[in-house]
Amino acid sequence: MLTGVSLEAPRGTLCAIIGPNGCGKSTLMRLFAGVLQPQAGEIRFDGAALQAMGRRAAAMRIAYVPQSTAMAFPFTALEVVLTGRSPYLSGFRFESEVDRARALEALATVGAPQLASRRVTELSGGERQMVAVARALAQEPSCLLLDEPSAALDLKHRAALVRTLGRLRDTRGLTALVVTQDLHAIDPAFDHVFALRGGEVIAQGSPAEVLCQRVLAEVYDDTHVRTSRVDRRTVIWSE
Amino acid sequence: MVILNTRGSTAVRLGRALALLTLILLATVVVGLWAGVWRIDLTALRIDPVAQMVFFRLRLPRVMMAALVGSSLAVAGAALQALFRNPLADPFTLGVSGGGAVGASIAIALGWGARISGVPLVFVAAFCGAMGAVLLVRGLARSGAVVLPGALLLSGVVVNMVAAAAVLTIQYLTDSTRAVQILRWMIGSLDVVGFATIERMILFLVPAWLGLLAFAGDLHLLAMDEETAATLGVNVRRCETAVHSLCALIVGVTVAVGGAIGFVGLIVPHAVRLLFGEDLRIVLPGSFLLGAAFLVSADIVARTALGGTELPVGAVTALLGGPVFLWLLRRRQRYSAL
Repeated sequence: MLTGVSLEAPRGTLCAIIGPNGCGKSTLMRLFAGVLQPQAGEIRFDGAALQAMGRRAAAMRIAYVPQSTAMAFPFTALEVVLTGRSPYLSGFRFESEVDRARALEALATVGAPQLASRRVTELSGGERQMVAVARALAQEPSCLLLDEPSAALDLKHRAALVRTLGRLRDTRGLTALVVTQDLHAIDPAFDHVFALRGGEVIAQGSPAEVLCQRVLAEVYDDTHVRTSRVDRRTVIWSE
Repeated sequence: MVILNTRGSTAVRLGRALALLTLILLATVVVGLWAGVWRIDLTALRIDPVAQMVFFRLRLPRVMMAALVGSSLAVAGAALQALFRNPLADPFTLGVSGGGAVGASIAIALGWGARISGVPLVFVAAFCGAMGAVLLVRGLARSGAVVLPGALLLSGVVVNMVAAAAVLTIQYLTDSTRAVQILRWMIGSLDVVGFATIERMILFLVPAWLGLLAFAGDLHLLAMDEETAATLGVNVRRCETAVHSLCALIVGVTVAVGGAIGFVGLIVPHAVRLLFGEDLRIVLPGSFLLGAAFLVSADIVARTALGGTELPVGAVTALLGGPVFLWLLRRRQRYSAL
């Protein structure tokens, strides 16, 4: 349950959402994605109410990558990524060669062009996450919502994903909201951090403002949290 | 593994699939019209009134009935598998056929001739039973926003067992003639004389088929993931409600007429996937055509395997479907996603 949540993500920024397990991060992302409807209050996108926006119109602007990327059927990775083009298809039309090219480009952007013809049921968790991110990029959104996208990624792909998000922010003006438990990846790559606890935003600001010992101790209810600056990055651990 | 070449755009692959499956269907229909205890040749058909009667009153309606029931069960199976994101779902394993059977048994026990506003009571009752089973199984298998695959099949099994017990109770309570009618119908048969029943079925089935095919694009997205489908523009609740209702109507009507013919909705969509890949926009219309061809073929086996004695077609499909179900179960264990 989320109550009294009020946050604003500036256009063209990378925003991280952090907080302990069960604090409502994923619920918040589902609300932003339109999967859940708020019982009260509203979500606005570029000044317009999300609920008043048509589903397809919203899908052309906002893309969402859920936490779980498991699938029951052995679709190929390219088939999955191609579904990102579906908001642009009208009626009974099928994907065109242009859509196919966009999907392949999205797979290349996440560094996984070799997965195109592989079955998703045969991929590792990390590979499936890359395919899911590529599917979201194929939607060509102006806002990307990622729920723990790096949970199953190895060190190399984790860093590559953050670099890709930064590049898309700089070149296309992409806004990204990323739920993450990987606190080390936030500073200096992200522009803004929202910290949730018990369904409320209890701190927000630049990474330097939020990722400090005092705030993190309150967010995670852990007096053993320690932070340190190493090579222009914030390193965080719990003793 | 996909047997046929899956290269090319979805539209090209759909065209290729429909062309091949239409040819297969036409071939099975020709064999179905010819095969039987009484072999009908074209010469006899032109001059012999008995051959004409057998062909137009019995053989042709029966082949049409097999095609109607087969395509209906297969397309409903493909849609339910996508909707529940479960490769083992079909009208039979989900208890939908069982629910329809209870409804139809009640109607038979009450009398075949009963109608509500011109619609046979048995159709209405079977639809209500099938719809009740869909909602019950889904409700039992749902945990929050997630439908649990294992719970779905277990719920289907339980609903089928309860439905079987209910049908037995109805048989016990009704008179012996109607009890035998229910028993014969339970085994599954495509016995039909003339076109009156077929005309009534088509009135219900054609809109339901078209409705399901209209949701092929949405089902393609839902087969991957419910939340993702919602963010890609699919109205998930509307799609679920529509597909539930259309499948219940299709299964209700086919069960009311042909009995509980099992496994068609399980085998056929998997065969189409194996041939042409996973895209639901191909699997749904492909299952429609191959389902018709499959049940016409199963009926040919039922009519001819034992010479003069006819096997119940439901027994033929179950004998084929059981091993396929077990093979799929083994195969599913390899999917790490499940």
